[in-house]
Amino acid sequence: MIAELGHFALILALVLACVQAVVPLVGAQQNRYALMAVGRPAAQAQLFFLLFAYGCLTWAFVTSDFTVRLAAVNSHTATPLIYKITGVWGNHEGSLLLWAASLSLWTVAVTIFSRDLPEAFMARVLGVLGAISAGFVSFTLFTSNPFTRLLPAAAEGRDLNPLLQDPGMIIHPPLLYMGYVGFSVAFAFAIAALLSGRLDAAWARWSRPWTTAAWVFLTAGIAVGSGWAYYELGWGGWWFWDPVENASFMPWLLGTALIHSLAVTEKRGAFRNWTVLLAISAFSMSLLGTFLVRSGVITSVHAFATDPARGLYILVLLVLVIGISLTLFAWRAPRLTGGGSFALMSRESTLLGNNVLFAVVTGAVLLGTLYPLFLDALNMGKISVGPPYFEAVFVPLMVPVVVLMVIGPFVRWKNDDSARIVRRLAPGAIVSVLLGVGLAVVVGNFTWRTVLGLALAAWVLIGSVQLLRARVAERPGAAAGAGVRLRGIPAAWWGMWLAHLGVGVFIIGVTMVGSLESELDVRMKDGQTARLAGYTFTFRGVVDAPGPNYLAARATIEVARGERQIATLTPEKRLYLAQQMPMTEASLDIGPFRDVYVSLGDELEDGSWIVSLYHKPFISWIWLGCTLMGVGGICAAADRRYRRLAERRVPAAATQSA
Amino acid sequence: MPAERFLHSLRTAALLLACCAAGAAHAAGEAVPVSDDPVLEARVLALSHNLRCLVCQNESVAESRAPLAVDMRNQVREQLAAGKSEKEVVDFLIARFGDFVVFTPPFKASTVLLWLGPAILLVAALGAFALRLRRRQQEVPVPLGEAERVRARALLEAAPPPEEPYK
Amino acid sequence: MKAKFLVPLVIFLALAGFLAYGLKLNPREVPSPLVGKPAPAFSVAQLQAPEASFSSADMRGQVWLLNVWASWCVSCRQEHPLLVELGRRGVVPVVGLNYKDGRADALDYLVRHGNPYTTIAVDPEGKVGFDYGVYGTPETFLIDREGVIRYKHIGPLTREHFERVLMPMITELSRAG
Repeated sequence: MIAELGHFALILALVLACVQAVVPLVGAQQNRYALMAVGRPAAQAQLFFLLFAYGCLTWAFVTSDFTVRLAAVNSHTATPLIYKITGVWGNHEGSLLLWAASLSLWTVAVTIFSRDLPEAFMARVLGVLGAISAGFVSFTLFTSNPFTRLLPAAAEGRDLNPLLQDPGMIIHPPLLYMGYVGFSVAFAFAIAALLSGRLDAAWARWSRPWTTAAWVFLTAGIAVGSGWAYYELGWGGWWFWDPVENASFMPWLLGTALIHSLAVTEKRGAFRNWTVLLAISAFSMSLLGTFLVRSGVITSVHAFATDPARGLYILVLLVLVIGISLTLFAWRAPRLTGGGSFALMSRESTLLGNNVLFAVVTGAVLLGTLYPLFLDALNMGKISVGPPYFEAVFVPLMVPVVVLMVIGPFVRWKNDDSARIVRRLAPGAIVSVLLGVGLAVVVGNFTWRTVLGLALAAWVLIGSVQLLRARVAERPGAAAGAGVRLRGIPAAWWGMWLAHLGVGVFIIGVTMVGSLESELDVRMKDGQTARLAGYTFTFRGVVDAPGPNYLAARATIEVARGERQIATLTPEKRLYLAQQMPMTEASLDIGPFRDVYVSLGDELEDGSWIVSLYHKPFISWIWLGCTLMGVGGICAAADRRYRRLAERRVPAAATQSA
Repeated sequence: MPAERFLHSLRTAALLLACCAAGAAHAAGEAVPVSDDPVLEARVLALSHNLRCLVCQNESVAESRAPLAVDMRNQVREQLAAGKSEKEVVDFLIARFGDFVVFTPPFKASTVLLWLGPAILLVAALGAFALRLRRRQQEVPVPLGEAERVRARALLEAAPPPEEPYK
Repeated sequence: MKAKFLVPLVIFLALAGFLAYGLKLNPREVPSPLVGKPAPAFSVAQLQAPEASFSSADMRGQVWLLNVWASWCVSCRQEHPLLVELGRRGVVPVVGLNYKDGRADALDYLVRHGNPYTTIAVDPEGKVGFDYGVYGTPETFLIDREGVIRYKHIGPLTREHFERVLMPMITELSRAG
């Protein structure tokens, strides 16, 4: 009964999405307020029904109602409660429902936080979002109904894929989806602007906090996902350039470009058609990613079980959404020009340079991801494009991006004196190069990669300090204390500063772990020791440690540095019963300057165990860097400037209603 | 013969001691590395990272625990140990499994666009960037017309902008 | 409408075309580079007569199928009835390559499901299989009179596929020369 209620709620949500897609758009076109006003309640009611449907599906999982096919295939009575709940999105149908619910959540957020948008503009935004929602809810209903019954019921469920039974997987998909789907808001704003012909600084200002918010979610989602891969896959890798990872990385790259391009459009009115194109492309990449994961055109460890009918439906959806918006772009964009002149040495050109490079990187990643498909389609053989290709392409293109990132904030809008910039930044750059060379020698890895990475990171950090000092010095009211002047700096500036600093921290992590990590595979028996990177590992035997839905052998390994005991690690080897799937559960000692990582292999005939030991210097800096970027994004999105209009409006609204 | 017996017992003791020591060393001593030749193992690992495990589709041979991956690792180890170069081993595998087996596609006619694509993109993008910049530098700001001036003044004086508030 | 603003649309439509075509392809199927090349020679023991050996050279002058199978291989059971029928009809000699299997298990499998093979070569460590680029069972190779591999099929053979693709090739190869 509950499942039927959920199914019915989903149908109602589809009807509401269609209403939301059509009525407000017609209203905006004919300037009829009554029609425009339908958008908001439709969006809110749609959210209610989608959440209700989602709740019903979760109920089937939690109560182990195996008459619902999806629960029978992805859950089990012995699965821990938390993984029953997260199991809902650990499959194609449920994750699609989560996708639709996130979209609805964003739509309702727009109706709440962007109250002050002109009514016609709001109506168009809601119409576009409604159309996307209608596409995805119908996709769910017609090809991937999560509420399909299984009669007679299965006696027992098949359990959630053990790889997904992990704390990282509890938050990774919702964050990632909120990010993916969040770009739909920037997209809807761009389409609404194209429809109304109103593409100005105000439009850019309305879009900015939404774009940044989506970017924060996507950043967090990708970071959590890579953290999950790091400790769950059992050998300490954290990024694989897998097609599905690329699918989430491409919208991130374009989203980053969009954030910067929007800044120029808001401040100077320039790059308007480029910004619109980026807004369309960022969301298109999200849709393309969804297509790649769910259609089966590309092999990936992440891909869902596939079905050509689904692939076709989503491709048609893709062609409609992106095709129509790009046609609209080709029709309206030629009218958008202006923005005033700027010189080579200007904030505009550094930001445009950043945009160009991000677009090229995205293009390269897209090329590498789809090239095997192109060759196959043209019957020219099968190839694999893997990490070596992407690294060879990505690193050289990102180095100038980082350089521009350091220079950009020092450069004035419109026109600046090159000599002034060089005088300003050259000392820091020289010190950084020397630091890079010196540090590479000190850590004993004098390769061009290490030197380059450390020098770049050093320059980012030095540049950040210089930038902060310059900002404090130039604030008016120099007589006031530094504290007062620091407080006078707007949140958006802090956001930029933190995010850029985060990039520096991230580079340190990547460089250090890339050049200094070490590993050792040993056979260990009770009491035996092994040494790696100055640490001593003592094996203290293996005990049985069964869990709710798995059997496990748990080893105890003491880690010492010299005489000092540092940690006791307990890696496990599990056998998940329902799927008879063996898993290694690594155990880590996380530290600020290194992780010690141990995973347990097979037992040998003589009673010893194969143990893999890893030393990963500075690896947590990778996620620290991502965290700084995310926090920076939150600061930027929360800047008061974006709310000022709203605050000013409140008394007016109050008087009107009074 | 007491002397002899003494010697014998001494020898037994020594032997026993040695055994104990060996036993202790075995129980509490160094663990044995899985590979006898760490340098070779490092080469095997480095090469395996660039090989695709065909049954698992998107894992490298180094990461995978599938039997075929184990076979391929052993094959790589054997051949490297026999003195073959990395390139010879890769060619050997490509001859059996095709280009699909390596994560770095070989440079040939069908992959020219893949390898040169990013560079072409970059040159095109930088060209467009330079063009845009030149046009922007030459652009002369258009002075505001009288109507625009009036509108600007109105906007400046009467905030918020003249739009319908959303009720 | 200026042409340059149409560029993104054109690129996207081309991309969508490829993606649509990609839907029809199976990314898990890997073509063998061995097609068109001489089949790797091998000489190993036979399953039913361990003291006798089977050599790929024995098949010179015949068009034959090399079918890689194992008793532990679940999908091999799907194609087995078809192979039994082919063996009974004598359409083409089918040589089995018993891949990474135990002798007793393999013999037991044949007793239960029937034996379609003219000869069965044993490859307990998968060495021959490795030379043939075998990465999953079952796999079937079509080899011509000169010992050149003409076709490779990965996964269970279906009757439809056999009649449509393999049979014409077999007829053609047998007629020529």
